[in-house]
Amino acid sequence: MSQSYNRGLIEDFSRWREFSAGMWAWIFHKFTGWVLVGYLFTHIAVLSTALSGAAAYTNTIQALESLLVVRILEVGLLAVAVFHILNGVRLLFVDLGVGLEAQDKSFYASLILTGVIVVASIPTFLSGVSI
Amino acid sequence: MSTQVPERVEDESSGESVSPGKQKRDQKKLERAERIQEQREAEAAEKARSGDDTYHLKVFRYDPEVPGKQEPRFDDFYVPYKQGMTVLDALMWARDHYDSSLTFRHSCRQAICGSDALFVNGSQRLGCKTQLSALAEPVRIEPLPHADVVKDLVVDMEHFYDQMEAVEPYFQTNSLPDGELDEQRQTRENREKVKMSTRCIWCSACMSSCNIAAGDNEYLGPAAINKAYRFAMDEREGEDMKQRRLEILEQEHGVWRCQTQFSCTEVCPKDIPLTEHIQELKREAIKNNLKFW
Repeated sequence: MSQSYNRGLIEDFSRWREFSAGMWAWIFHKFTGWVLVGYLFTHIAVLSTALSGAAAYTNTIQALESLLVVRILEVGLLAVAVFHILNGVRLLFVDLGVGLEAQDKSFYASLILTGVIVVASIPTFLSGVSI
Repeated sequence: MSTQVPERVEDESSGESVSPGKQKRDQKKLERAERIQEQREAEAAEKARSGDDTYHLKVFRYDPEVPGKQEPRFDDFYVPYKQGMTVLDALMWARDHYDSSLTFRHSCRQAICGSDALFVNGSQRLGCKTQLSALAEPVRIEPLPHADVVKDLVVDMEHFYDQMEAVEPYFQTNSLPDGELDEQRQTRENREKVKMSTRCIWCSACMSSCNIAAGDNEYLGPAAINKAYRFAMDEREGEDMKQRRLEILEQEHGVWRCQTQFSCTEVCPKDIPLTEHIQELKREAIKNNLKFW
């Protein structure tokens, strides 16, 4: 062997075409986890307006809630949180060694359940907002 | 399908007693037979290219020793289909009839030697265990991802073997039976517990599919952890040995790197529940370190 060939990053990414359920679950779990961490910062920022008085807090909340884009982002946040919770429960079972042969089905179930919950929540989230 | 092209007709009567004339005639006969053979192969190749019942293979090619082949590329091969033909059969046909420099590892052709794990149509599979009829055309055959390519479909397995060796993949015990000639008996239940883990053929398909092993070169990888499981769960090794094995496994790049993506379990040609074994070793490692009494 005189030399060997490292196919490098391009090859690594190009092979990511055939994902199995477990792989998608892992990607989504990472992604939703980071989104939730990001949300935590905005959450703290909004809550800390209460430091400068009750009126400031109420104003901020009312201003934010009157925006359509915020309402839509809230639906997205719910989707992310619900998936993270459901997949977290799935991972808990995986860690306990329970139902490992059904891990793909439980992933699909958590996806569908997330979808259902999010769709059901849309009327609540988008009620009373003026475009 | 045979590895070899059928042998040419040997001239049996070419002894010393044969007259020069007959030798010449035999020589001619042999040449003609060779010519016909070559012609027939060329015709077969032509027919294979145009015929319906052929499979189109796209095979990764790379040869560092030939200047013109240093740039990786895909070669097309059209292989006539026979019922029951596997990816390995097709590769061997292509090598025997088109390009004898096509390089790949294979030995037993029955999923035991673990030499021919390939990346076929976007998934790690054993060439000898994958039916062509189960694949969509063109059948794209590449060397295993996340390993350096030595030539064509051959990857450098050294790192994989190093990881396997790191978990001490052999039976060791310090609790021997009393009599010198006594056997080390294993209970049926215990044998059943390690049964699946003993089936590993060291093909490296799991290691290649593992996303974590790709990013962390020190990670033991599914195969090595499975090997450790096989011995750590073997009751005959005794508590001391189990302790020693868990100490190897619970290190930073041991079982805790696994993030349960299930890729290894998915691709394992021997259907070993790798993720399940890794998860069980994680629990064992926790139980080993957490004691409330």
